Amino acid sequence: MNEMTPPKTERAEALKGLGSSRKRVEDARFTQGKGNYVDDLKLPGMLFGDFVRSPYAHARVKSINADKAKALPGVVAVLTAADLAPLNLHWMPTLAGDKQMVLADGKVLFQGQEVAFVVAEDRYIAADAVELVEVEYEELPVVVDPFKAQADDAPVLREDLEGKMEGAHGARRHHNHIFTWEQGDKDATESVLGSADVVAEEMIYYHRTHPCPLETCGCVASMDKVNGKLTVHGTFQAPHAVRTVASLISGIAEHNIRIISPDIGGGFGNKVGVYPGYICSIVASIVTGVPVKWIEDRMENLMATAFARDYWMQGKISATKDGKITGLWCHTTADHGAFDACADPSKFPAGFMNICTGSYDIPTAYLAVDGVYTNKAPGGVAYRCSFRVTEAAYFIERMIEVLAIKLGMDAAELRAKNFIRKDQFPYQSALGWEYDSGDYHTAWEKALKAVDYDGLRKEQAERVEAFKRGETRKLLGIGLTHFTEIVGAGPVKNCDILGLGMFDSCEIRIHPTGSAIARLGTISQGQGHATTFAQILASEIGLPADDITIEEGDTDTAPYGLGTYGSRSTPVAGAATAMAGRKIRAKAQMIAAYLLEVHDDDVEWDVDRFVVKGAPERFKTMKEIAFASYNQAIPGVEPGLEAVSYYDPPNMTYPFGAYICVMEIDADTGEHEIRQFYALDDCGTRINPMIIEGQVHGGATEGYAIAMGQEIAYDDMGNVKTGTLMDFFLPTAWETPHYTTDHTVTPSPHHPIGAKGVGESPNVGSVPAFSNAVHDAFRAFGLVQSHMPHDQWRIWTVARDLGLHG
Amino acid sequence: MIPGTFDYHRPDSVEAAVALLAEHGDEARAIAGGHSLIPMMKLRMAEVQHLVDLQGITDLKGIKVDGGTVTIGAMATQHELIASEALAQAAPIIREAALQIADPQVRYVGTIGGNVANGDPGNDMPGLMQCLDATYVLVGPEGKRDVQARDFYEAAYFTARSDDELLVSIRFTAPKGGYAYEKQKRKIGDYATAAAAVLIAKDGGTCSSASIAMTNLSDTPVWCEAAAEALVGTSLDKAAVDAAVAAMTGAIDPQEDNRGPVDFKKHVAGVVLRRAIERAASRA
Repeated sequence: MNEMTPPKTERAEALKGLGSSRKRVEDARFTQGKGNYVDDLKLPGMLFGDFVRSPYAHARVKSINADKAKALPGVVAVLTAADLAPLNLHWMPTLAGDKQMVLADGKVLFQGQEVAFVVAEDRYIAADAVELVEVEYEELPVVVDPFKAQADDAPVLREDLEGKMEGAHGARRHHNHIFTWEQGDKDATESVLGSADVVAEEMIYYHRTHPCPLETCGCVASMDKVNGKLTVHGTFQAPHAVRTVASLISGIAEHNIRIISPDIGGGFGNKVGVYPGYICSIVASIVTGVPVKWIEDRMENLMATAFARDYWMQGKISATKDGKITGLWCHTTADHGAFDACADPSKFPAGFMNICTGSYDIPTAYLAVDGVYTNKAPGGVAYRCSFRVTEAAYFIERMIEVLAIKLGMDAAELRAKNFIRKDQFPYQSALGWEYDSGDYHTAWEKALKAVDYDGLRKEQAERVEAFKRGETRKLLGIGLTHFTEIVGAGPVKNCDILGLGMFDSCEIRIHPTGSAIARLGTISQGQGHATTFAQILASEIGLPADDITIEEGDTDTAPYGLGTYGSRSTPVAGAATAMAGRKIRAKAQMIAAYLLEVHDDDVEWDVDRFVVKGAPERFKTMKEIAFASYNQAIPGVEPGLEAVSYYDPPNMTYPFGAYICVMEIDADTGEHEIRQFYALDDCGTRINPMIIEGQVHGGATEGYAIAMGQEIAYDDMGNVKTGTLMDFFLPTAWETPHYTTDHTVTPSPHHPIGAKGVGESPNVGSVPAFSNAVHDAFRAFGLVQSHMPHDQWRIWTVARDLGLHG
Repeated sequence: MIPGTFDYHRPDSVEAAVALLAEHGDEARAIAGGHSLIPMMKLRMAEVQHLVDLQGITDLKGIKVDGGTVTIGAMATQHELIASEALAQAAPIIREAALQIADPQVRYVGTIGGNVANGDPGNDMPGLMQCLDATYVLVGPEGKRDVQARDFYEAAYFTARSDDELLVSIRFTAPKGGYAYEKQKRKIGDYATAAAAVLIAKDGGTCSSASIAMTNLSDTPVWCEAAAEALVGTSLDKAAVDAAVAAMTGAIDPQEDNRGPVDFKKHVAGVVLRRAIERAASRA
């Protein structure tokens, strides 16, 4: 029998477990157009909802007349705030402890705000009826600037909060002020800055943008009046949380609500929150007794659903003359729009912005964030990042560059001089985090060597001279970034959303023939969970990944979990998966020992089987054990082979990376070309290298878009200037740079398999790399700071202001 | 993004199409590739009661090069313009420009007739047609008439074509000498921030003729005779090019939008014109 057993490595390879570049099992359906998205769903008798939206950014709603709309054949109902008020659903709570209008209640606060919900027999009639709803507005003064919003005489935006000087996160000091959030030691930091050799100060603005998933938001709500059960199919990144919130808001018992997230065409944070469309569809279904579908279009998605960023970060960084950083100070003005609908853990109104000390050993630091209301759409979601980590990373990586200029130092050298050293982990940061593991110097040196950093600097110096001599009009920028992420929210002791602890879960059932199904509390939006979670399990339980089905997104079947965002799936649900797998294995060990007629401790695990210690010819494979669990009466062991694990992570994970961008810039036209983009990621244990590479390509492309042109821009009247894909930059294959990916591996010490998560690192890390490249190109001519996005006219303006146009 | 209700017509001849346009007056719109009209309808910025689709009219297709005369049917797609070897021989500037319009998917459907007739200042072909001194052939209830591209554009979306007329073909004399179409845009699929169409013929070292037209820098394309005249008779030296750029800059009237402020657009217009002149001269 022994000669029949293939070698360990061969058996391990057959499992396609950890480390295998297994092809994505999802792609067969996606590449053949066989995905099942919410808009593919057609239920009998289904109606369609569509919104009347405000053309104004700030106006009083004097009257709404829906008579003509209701008279249009095929129109079933028109809902307004007055209809929702008796149900107390005209407002809804936000994830950030604020409340938000579902339909305009007396006034509108941003362009595109939902004013009335038309329900009709098809979406074409609904669209026609929207035109027929007559709304009389009285325009009010508009505030789009978060600094002007705080002026004494600024218009009162939130009349519902007038006189309430205590918000969800402490005192409000102005009628348009939401909260102040402070971290670190203010006095100590100011004292360090006051006596420092060198202090660099700069305003770093991370502009407002939008996750813009290819699939917009939508749902189908279906109230079954016979059994009292509400089913909502929708684009939800956190189906279980939606169920609980829906129950709390509507009063429908939680067991009577079933939330189903079908295939989701990208989320990137946009699909975490609860939108008026969901509430209105549910109400409309309850009222009409038939299913109601609501699908927003692209303009609605860009104008009204959750934006990202919009942080004005005033920074000061101090150092010794030779470049050792001594202190960091940051005051952020956070533009939250009309309602505070940020999707952050409840105790973190500015997310994890306090990771803004980055990869550096900065002994003293202070952060304050003031949230402010303006006449813009609500949101503030983590667009492919952990909560506000992109803002933090951009801030520190720009401040490092600004400090390097002040010191007259090379920015790569300044970074290396200040990195947290390998032997300092676990590292306690000045702003309160315990970094789990890292080896920044190794990654940095590898990155610099890979791009021939010294050679690039030499070439750049020659280019500057050639430019000055008039031989070229192109400048060369070298954009450096070393980022540290904080993901995997998170430990229940400090991370919750609306009181729901941010653990996650996995439930496994092994079938008699040795295949399995695992269900998780997360939901893939393109990340490839069905592929990678099966790999984690394959390595844990010794069954081939190909024989393991992964299922997510149906609250009636999946165990409770907080969903997928903030790179939390692998750190939290991935850990739950490994832990549940270990429970399976523990039981399998008892069964194997029984079958082999030895003591439990006398068998040991060997890839896909238990073998008798010292007698490798005696073993039971997991397939055999699975079958035995269903057909053998084993004393003291229950039949079947199932396990469930709810995992509360002991800490966050801290992925990191070194990104370098080499960019050519045309000083005359503001055009750019990415000559090289090198991305080294350390996400701990690598589950599927191919998927990691895909994640890096996707995230870096989003980062490229954000840095180089993508924005949600408003004019002074609060009109959205970038409401279509003509003006909102979404790169095509043509614009997308070529990427070189690389890695180091520093496992997380507290995660069961050492994985840290990678989905968001490339968005976090690439934005400062692109932006720093633009800045670096002009460093020789005196540029210190310019704001993103670095589109052509803004780069041209930088060149003009530096006198480069002669 | 759902259009209002409309009647759809698909005539199979120019006469039938013109009859429909005459019958329904300003309630009717002809649709060629639809890349401008359909988004406008979906945004409900264009209210069209009768949509007259020209896809069924085979007479509007085709590209003909006959001696020195090029005739392009209004329904020739951008892709067909690019693919035509005869056209590339006769007027290579068209391929160079068409390759800078949108993306392949759009070019398979988008037509030259729609591009020039819509009067959108962002479209590339109107400026190019002015540069080539093309003639547009219009057919209406009263019959056929010719209008020069240089006389066709009155303001944004306002042209010499009346509501009941159809632009059926475009005719021009194959240009001689060097050519260039230089376009700056933000991304694939975008309209020009600034674009220049330049034709230059040389006699020995001297510029013997020139034609220059600019795109998306005013509410109509800008054919700039003074800029061309600044080049003719010169060796295309720096002073001549400076003078051409100065003349062009005086003739354009760009507006601020998401592509950038006026100063930027004027500057970029100068840069693209210089580059176009240089490339055209090198090919002359």
